[in-house]
Amino acid sequence: MSRASLFIPISVFALIIGVGWIGFSLNDPHELPSALLGKPFPDFEAPRLHEPDQRVSRDDLLGEPVLVNVWATWCPTCAAEHDELLRIRDETGLRIVGVNYKDDAAKARRWLEAYGNPYDLIIQDPDGSLGVELGVYGAPESFLLDRAGTIVYKRVGDINPRIWRDELRPALMQVMDG
Amino acid sequence: MIPELGQVSLALAFCLALGITFFGLAGAALRRPVWLGALNSLVIGQFVFMALAFLALTQAFLTDDFSVAYVANNSNSLLPWYYKFSAVWGAHEGSFLLWVLIMAGWTLAVAVRGRHLPGDFLGRVLGVMGLLNIGFLAFLIWTSNPFERLVPMTPADGADLNPLLQDFGLIVHPPMLYMGYVGFSVAFAFAVAALLSGRLDATWARWSRPWSNVAWAFLTLGIGLGSWWAYYELGWGGWWFWDPVENASFMPWLAGTALIHSLAVTEKRGTFKSWTLLLAITTFSLSLLGAFIVRSGVLTSVHAFAVDPTRGLFILAFLVLVVGGSLLLYGLRATTMRSRVGYTLFSREAFLLVNNILLVVAMAVVLLGTLYPLAYEAATGGDKVSIGPPYFNRLFVPLMLLLSVALGLAPLVQWKRTRSDRLRRDLRWMVPGALAAGVGVPLVVSGAVPWQAAAAFGLAVWVLLAHAADLVRRARPGLRRVPLAYWGMSLAHVGFAVTLIGVSMTSVLSVEEDLRMSPGQTSELGYLSVRFDGVSNRQGPNFVAQRGDFLITEGNRQYRLYPEKRRYLARGNVMTEAAISPGLMRDVYMSLGEPLDNGDWAVRMQLKPYVRWIWLGSLIMALGGALAVLDARYRRLRQRFAAPAGAAPAPELSGTPLPGEAR
Amino acid sequence: MNPKRKQRLMVVLFLLAGAGATVALTLLALNENLNLFYPPDQIVSGEAPTQTRIRAGGMVMAGSVARQANGLDVSFVLTDYEGSDFEVRYSGILPDLFREGQGILVQGQLGSDGVFKADEVLAKHDENYMPPELADMHRPAAPGGDAE
Repeated sequence: MSRASLFIPISVFALIIGVGWIGFSLNDPHELPSALLGKPFPDFEAPRLHEPDQRVSRDDLLGEPVLVNVWATWCPTCAAEHDELLRIRDETGLRIVGVNYKDDAAKARRWLEAYGNPYDLIIQDPDGSLGVELGVYGAPESFLLDRAGTIVYKRVGDINPRIWRDELRPALMQVMDG
Repeated sequence: MIPELGQVSLALAFCLALGITFFGLAGAALRRPVWLGALNSLVIGQFVFMALAFLALTQAFLTDDFSVAYVANNSNSLLPWYYKFSAVWGAHEGSFLLWVLIMAGWTLAVAVRGRHLPGDFLGRVLGVMGLLNIGFLAFLIWTSNPFERLVPMTPADGADLNPLLQDFGLIVHPPMLYMGYVGFSVAFAFAVAALLSGRLDATWARWSRPWSNVAWAFLTLGIGLGSWWAYYELGWGGWWFWDPVENASFMPWLAGTALIHSLAVTEKRGTFKSWTLLLAITTFSLSLLGAFIVRSGVLTSVHAFAVDPTRGLFILAFLVLVVGGSLLLYGLRATTMRSRVGYTLFSREAFLLVNNILLVVAMAVVLLGTLYPLAYEAATGGDKVSIGPPYFNRLFVPLMLLLSVALGLAPLVQWKRTRSDRLRRDLRWMVPGALAAGVGVPLVVSGAVPWQAAAAFGLAVWVLLAHAADLVRRARPGLRRVPLAYWGMSLAHVGFAVTLIGVSMTSVLSVEEDLRMSPGQTSELGYLSVRFDGVSNRQGPNFVAQRGDFLITEGNRQYRLYPEKRRYLARGNVMTEAAISPGLMRDVYMSLGEPLDNGDWAVRMQLKPYVRWIWLGSLIMALGGALAVLDARYRRLRQRFAAPAGAAPAPELSGTPLPGEAR
Repeated sequence: MNPKRKQRLMVVLFLLAGAGATVALTLLALNENLNLFYPPDQIVSGEAPTQTRIRAGGMVMAGSVARQANGLDVSFVLTDYEGSDFEVRYSGILPDLFREGQGILVQGQLGSDGVFKADEVLAKHDENYMPPELADMHRPAAPGGDAE
């Protein structure tokens, strides 16, 4: 046995770690809902969906409580939650901002024409870079911001009447009171 | 207020871990007895503060303090108190708190029980354990704080504990498993301390043997409990899925099993020294790798925790530091010296070597199968692939059969060499005995002889006969003279044989039927007949259920089983609650599938012979491990070393005098 | 050669043979049990191999689930909502989380008629979320990503 053979174990380990590292960086698992809670909504600048030459930024989300909803036409659950978003907007007047995530703008505009548009403002995020900032892994995801643009509630998955009743509305009440 | 106290306790425990590491490692390196003397109180303090932190979280659960985010996410005011208690470790943050508490507990145990060790050596061991605890505590405090508050948005009620975890098995499974995982850190710390101090003779092996046995016993129990839980709780009768998380616990077990055997050779014969060091490092590294797999989400699994990339990154970095560092140390400090003691093919050394090779190959097979999907994805740039259970089964069955053959010969051979006439005499009756059992038992039980059943029974009896023969020989001077450690070893091996029977018989002889049943319909299941008497509704404390009613006729016995389909109200998830008629020789397992037209239901019924033997065997194995540690000779050993601490051999432990150590 | 050397040689040869056999068997077993994942568009376009065990996934199309009147045979259509859908046939009990609109994985063989014969149906434990394998399907050409 030569001295060099004692270094075989660490070489094998390095190999395994290399593979683990690449696999890990490919898999970027979704963040815990709590990770962004209490933090300010990240700074960004992006075009609007309907008026691509207009840029929007974080400042456009301030002033009143707003629900930021990450959606896409390829996402079936987004279609499922769509009616609930329309209902919330109609019944409460809550301002809803859409983030059109990794999607085709033309497709998205057609989709909204067909199903109705609950959004006051829609941000285009074709390459998902805002999504990365927000720790979005899939769609739909929604964030409730207070007047100052701080994330007070996050929902991974659809907004449905139960979520509205049990989670979103109570969170909204708190924001209104505070 | 109390959660904040918990938070402060964690911070204090972290500071104490820093102190333990510094005073332990630096005190040993610079020969400062006063520094080493401070270790004891630091270690006690660390444990006390960890216990306080744990109690603080427990209190938050028991008093429904939903302002604590972790409590709000994993508890509910309707939850019975015992599930509130076990919910403390029901998800990532709390379970890791438990992990660190156990780590502090093991450190304390080493400090208390290791007083006989030379001061500098104990200092290094505690220093290494302190270093590990620094990493664990940093992870807990900075990425997974269980005391984080939801202020001012305190919810009125909690989101409830995942119903799968509302179960007795989950109260006990994680603590046992962590006792095992973390327990191997002791063997790891001994190995690293040996490398650091250059004390590479067999003494470190002697000192760390009982610790490894205890950790192994806990891990065995933990895995057994996990398998049992999956069997009755997941609702479809599977008891092992080769799921990444299961593999994560199984790999340290395989390496740990190799370790406790290799430690025996190193202690008693002074050979395999570098190899044993490597195994000690590997076993604990695999525990850490398991933690990485479970908590980072790199591999998708049914029982993975909610994932967070920063956590995965942290563990990966920690893994690289700890494992890379210790393996580097191994490369630099381990010896390549061969021991001068030779041994022949039919010697106990050779058979323990076979044991080690087979177990390590088995571990490598599991490791490859677990990481291959990752490697494939990395190599192809994102193509997904999965490895089916047949891969594991195909390779595992022959490996375990080979291991059983060797296990039946191991008690018959002696250290160094075996007199061939004696061996031949033993084999003359053992071989026919095993063959007869292999053919006879399955024939009587099921009327047929599938080769797998024959092999399993034959080999199990082969193992039992060999141990019985050896026991008779050893007990000749009187049964009381047989040392406890020997009983422990035999018991663990018997446990292995029992599990072997359970696994093979269940796999070969199980009868499983998925079918559509109308109310009133009768169907055959093996030698049973099953009548479906319809489904009714039932209201549980926190769920509503549809309850199936089945009349089973087994010979001249009749009984009813009531499997359920439950919908839990808090989260709305649907669960299949199987109904089991348990028995030593067979389980009858009914599960309700889905409702079909006109009152028909999809139903799965299973007859699983010998399935309990799987867990019975792991219980016996764990008992054997525990028994071995209680052996009085270890206690006597401590007294011997209490005086002039050194590397003197302990002749009464080895039977034969210790051989000369390597040059 | 003296007997001691001869014995050592035998042991080395034996170990080499054992190691070779183990590696060969492992690779064989690995190869045979490798189940590649294919999204619906690759199933439909014929890129996915037939007569070999693969994994596929997609969303269960609304209204497509059809149970036979007898027995446990069921068929349904998996879609990516982008125009690619294929039929799956399965016999047995569907998982608790199986429902229309839900993303699921199936394991089995693709027939030459384009019908997927599943021997296993897996639904993820999260009801309103897509399994990562399916989420990937929609990533428009991530760097080095899936073949589209």
